[in-house]
Amino acid sequence: MATENPLHQFTIERLIPIHIGGIDASYTNSALLMSVAVVLITGFVLLSTRNAALVPGRWQSVSEMLYEFVAHNLIDSNAGHDARPYLPFVFSLFTFILLGNLLGLVPYSFTFTSHIIVTFALAAVVFVGVTIIGIAKHGFRFLSLFVPHGVPPVLLLLLVPIEVLSYFIRPFTLSIRLFANMMAGHTMLVIFAGFVTALGLAGVLPLAVDVALVLLEVLVAVLQAYVFAILTCLYLADALHLH
Amino acid sequence: MPQLDLATFPPQLIWLAITFIVLYLLMAKLGLPRISRVLEARHQAIEGDLEKAQQMKVEAEAVIAAYERALSEARQQAQLTLKETTDRLNADAAERQRQTAEKLAAETAAAERRIAQAKNAAMADLRDMAVEVARAAAARLAGGALDGAGAAAAVDAVMRERS
Repeated sequence: MATENPLHQFTIERLIPIHIGGIDASYTNSALLMSVAVVLITGFVLLSTRNAALVPGRWQSVSEMLYEFVAHNLIDSNAGHDARPYLPFVFSLFTFILLGNLLGLVPYSFTFTSHIIVTFALAAVVFVGVTIIGIAKHGFRFLSLFVPHGVPPVLLLLLVPIEVLSYFIRPFTLSIRLFANMMAGHTMLVIFAGFVTALGLAGVLPLAVDVALVLLEVLVAVLQAYVFAILTCLYLADALHLH
Repeated sequence: MPQLDLATFPPQLIWLAITFIVLYLLMAKLGLPRISRVLEARHQAIEGDLEKAQQMKVEAEAVIAAYERALSEARQQAQLTLKETTDRLNADAAERQRQTAEKLAAETAAAERRIAQAKNAAMADLRDMAVEVARAAAARLAGGALDGAGAAAAVDAVMRERS
């Protein structure tokens, strides 16, 4: 039994090769899982609220709880009530990443959030969007975001470059955090799974580790989606209120 | 590391954009408005119910106040009526008592008059009888007749002494 290359699971497979004008737009396993996530989210939200009642049923309650979680715990308490117009974006972002992380834990499926290009694209959308919102709302005063309050002018020479750097590093930290968490977790799972067959009877030990790791990964999947969404809200708060 | 395979970037980015935009549009235009609508409706209903409850409470308080007022008025009225009736009854009783006392007094006076008359009549008879007895006694003892006027004067003198 040859142990599988733990990185093999991240391979992009072109299920339906599509090329438009020399650009590779193939429908891949990544795209399949993205589609599944969208179908599940949309299906759940739309079916559970099909006959939305004043007194909700159990499925409608779940949708409402999800909505209120994003509306209150993410947006209101981090970005303020005036960030409510961005609720659909934060809601879509949170549920999309959450489903991407969780669906990746299903055996033989694929984790699209374990690819840096996907997480970076999402983070870049957040970064560019937040910056545009900040400039549109405050104009030139948006630059005051880089000037900390109550600091001696001499120290500003040091602090302003740090603030600028920490601002522009945001899309990288945001994307690498999610990508690295997902990739590391899944790599560990496959490495330990490889030991199960290799060790024979003693393979129950790595199997037990894998069971524990799957539970941990569920936690990480939820937590990282939450972290991504909450940081988005905090960046939004900066853009809207400038500290 | 498959993540660094640049050739896979375009299809991933293209489908990420497609799926995420589809998700965003479906949520923004269809899914979330449904949820926010029902939440808003519930919020309105609860607010409305609370408002109605508040209004009913105020109404109930007004009714209670009116009831209390009516009760105290009725009590006052009852006391007034009671007092009037007592007064009237007292007056009636006093009147009747007075009339009875008057009647009794009149009757007593009449009876006393009758007694006095009877007494006077009896006294007159007694005097006549005494005069007759005196005349008869005088005739039997002294053999002479005693004239009426003299006997009467003697009896009167004795009676005046004794009475």
